[in-house]
Amino acid sequence: MTAAAIENQLKGASTRNAAARARLLRSLLPALSLALVLLAIAWLNPRAISYFGFSLMLNLAIPIALATIAQMFVIAGNELDLSIGTFVGFVGCVTATWLKDAPLLGIVVLAGSIGVYALLGALIHMRNLPSIVVTLGMSFVWQGLAILILPKPGGKAPDWLLSLMAFKPPFIPFPIIAALLIAVVVHFGLMRTSYGVILRGSGGNAAALKRAGWSLLKTKIVLFALTGLFGVLSGMALIGITTSADANIGNGYTLLAIAGVILGGGEFVGGRVSPIGAVLGALTLALAASPLLTFMHIPPDWQVAANGAILIIVLAARVLISRRER
Amino acid sequence: MASLQTLIAKPWIWSFLGALLVWLATVAFTGGYGGGGMITAALSLAVFTVIVGVGQMFVITLGPGNVDLSLPANIGLASAVAMKVMDGNDSMIVVGLLAALACGMAVGAANYLLIWALRIPPIIATLSASFIIQSIDISYGRGLQIKPPPGFADFTNWQILGVPVLAILTVLFTIGAAIALQRMIYGRSVLAIGQNIRAAWLAGVNVGRIRFLTYTLSGMLGGLDGALLAGYFRGANVDIGNEYLLASIAVVVIGGTSVAGGKANVPGVWGAALFLVLLLTMLNTFGVSAGVRLLLTGLIIVGVITVAGGQKALR
Repeated sequence: MTAAAIENQLKGASTRNAAARARLLRSLLPALSLALVLLAIAWLNPRAISYFGFSLMLNLAIPIALATIAQMFVIAGNELDLSIGTFVGFVGCVTATWLKDAPLLGIVVLAGSIGVYALLGALIHMRNLPSIVVTLGMSFVWQGLAILILPKPGGKAPDWLLSLMAFKPPFIPFPIIAALLIAVVVHFGLMRTSYGVILRGSGGNAAALKRAGWSLLKTKIVLFALTGLFGVLSGMALIGITTSADANIGNGYTLLAIAGVILGGGEFVGGRVSPIGAVLGALTLALAASPLLTFMHIPPDWQVAANGAILIIVLAARVLISRRER
Repeated sequence: MASLQTLIAKPWIWSFLGALLVWLATVAFTGGYGGGGMITAALSLAVFTVIVGVGQMFVITLGPGNVDLSLPANIGLASAVAMKVMDGNDSMIVVGLLAALACGMAVGAANYLLIWALRIPPIIATLSASFIIQSIDISYGRGLQIKPPPGFADFTNWQILGVPVLAILTVLFTIGAAIALQRMIYGRSVLAIGQNIRAAWLAGVNVGRIRFLTYTLSGMLGGLDGALLAGYFRGANVDIGNEYLLASIAVVVIGGTSVAGGKANVPGVWGAALFLVLLLTMLNTFGVSAGVRLLLTGLIIVGVITVAGGQKALR
C-alpha cells in the first residue's frame, strides 16, 4: 500500500466521522433547543425550575404535544393538515357538552369524527387532491360545527377528565410524564413496528411501496385516522385543563403543531419524521412562547414572533449542520 | 356550436357558471329583489380576493410546495401601515399606498430570503415569516383608531352606474396579469419553472430571480390589498386579512389553476372570487346562522375541489 492510498483512506474515514458527527448533532438538535430554552429560563428565574414551576409552565404542553403528534402523522405521508386547530376546538366543544351530559353520544360523535378523518384520507388519495386545500376547507367545517354545538363559551369538562388532568404524581410533574409517555408510545408504534415502517415509507417512496404490493389507499387512511385520533386526544386534554370550552379555543394549534413537527426534526417531504423530536419541539414551543418571554419581560404581543424566530433559528442551525453532513 | 364547445373546454367557465347559479338561487329566493345590488356588492368584495388571488396564483404556478401562507399577516400589517402613513389626510393617500406596497414587497422579499437562505419549503418559510409579521402588526397597530382619509374611503367605495370603480381597475389589472403570464418573458418563465424547474434552469431561465420576483409580487399585492381593505372598511385591523388565506388559495384552485404548478388561469380567479362572495351572500340571504354558514362554506369548497380534482398534490 502506498503512502497516498493510506492518506486517502484516512481522509475518507475522517470525512465519514465528520458526517456521522453532523448526523448525530442534527438528531440532537431538538433536545439541544429545548435544553437551551430551559437554561435561559433557569438563568432568568431559578425558582421556575421546580416541581411546581414545571407543572405551571408546562400546563398546556400536553394538548400541544398531542396536536403536534397528530400533525406529524399526516406530514409522514407527505400531506399537511391545516384543520387540526379548529378540529381540536370542535373536539373541545363536544367534550365540554355531550361527553359530559350524554357520554354515549359524545363517544359516538368523537369516534365518528375520527372516521371523517379516515374518509378524508381516502378522498385525498383517490381523487389525488391537494391536502392543503381540502383541510383548509375542513377547518371551516369543524369551526362551523363547533359554533353550532357551543355558540357561547362555556360547558364543563367531565369529572373523570378533570381529575385525570389534575393528577399530581410524586417527584416528576404530570406534563413531563405524559409527554414522555406520548413520545415513547408513538415512537415504538411508528418507528419500531413493521407497519410503522410502511406508513413512513408511503411518504418516503410511494411508488416503491406500491410496487411491493402495499395499498397506498390504506396507508393514507391509517395516517389520517391516526391524526384524527390524536386530535381528539388533544382536544380532550385541553378541556381537561381549561375545564370549559370555546369554539375558537384550538385555532392557534394548526400553526403551532406544524412548527412543532419541523422543530422536532421532521421533514416536509420524504416521510422523515421523529415522534420524540416532535414532542420535544412542542415542549420547546410551549416553554418559549409564554414563560420565557414573561421572564424576559417581553410583552405578550411578541409571543407569536418568538415561535417564528425559534423556528427560523433552528432551521438555520440545521442548514449549517447539513452543510457539514455532505 | 363549435364556439360553445371551445368555451366549455375552458377551465375557468365552471367558476363563472357556479357564480351565476348561486346568484340565480339567491334572486329566486328573494323573488327578484336586489339582484342588481347583489352584483354590485359582490364585485366590490370580490376585488380584494382577486388581487391576492392573482399573487397567490403566480406563487402556486411556480410548482409543488410553493404557496404564500403569509398573506393574511401581510395584509394586516400593510393596512396598519397605510392608515398610519395617511393619517386621515387626503394629501398623503399616494404616499400611504406606496408605503403599503413597499411594506408588502419587503414581506415578500423576506419570504424568499428565508426560502433561499435556509433551503426550506416555502410553506414553512412563509409560515415562520407570518408569525413574526403578525407580532409586528399586533405591536405596531395596537389600538390603531385612525380612519382612512375621506378621499381614499370614497375612492374605494366609488361606483359608476352601479359598477364599482375599483372592480373596473382590477379587471384592467387582471388583463395585465394575464398578458404578463402568457405573453411576457416573466410569465413564461414562471410557467416553465412550474412545469419542470430543472428543465427551465437548463434552458437558461434565471430560476432564483424569477422566484424572488414572484414572492415579492405576491407580497406587494398583499400590501396593496391591505391598504384598499382598510379604505373600504374604514379602518385597519389585525384580523382584516384572516379570511384571505383560504380565499386566496381557494380561488386559485377553483379557478382552474393547477396546484401542481405550470398551468395558470387568470379569468378563473375572477369567476371563483365572485362565486365565493355570492355564496356567502346567498347563505346570508337565506338567514342561516354563523355556524351553518361556516359549515356550508367548508363543505362546498371541499366538494368543488373534489369535483374539480384529479390533479397532482400541491406538495
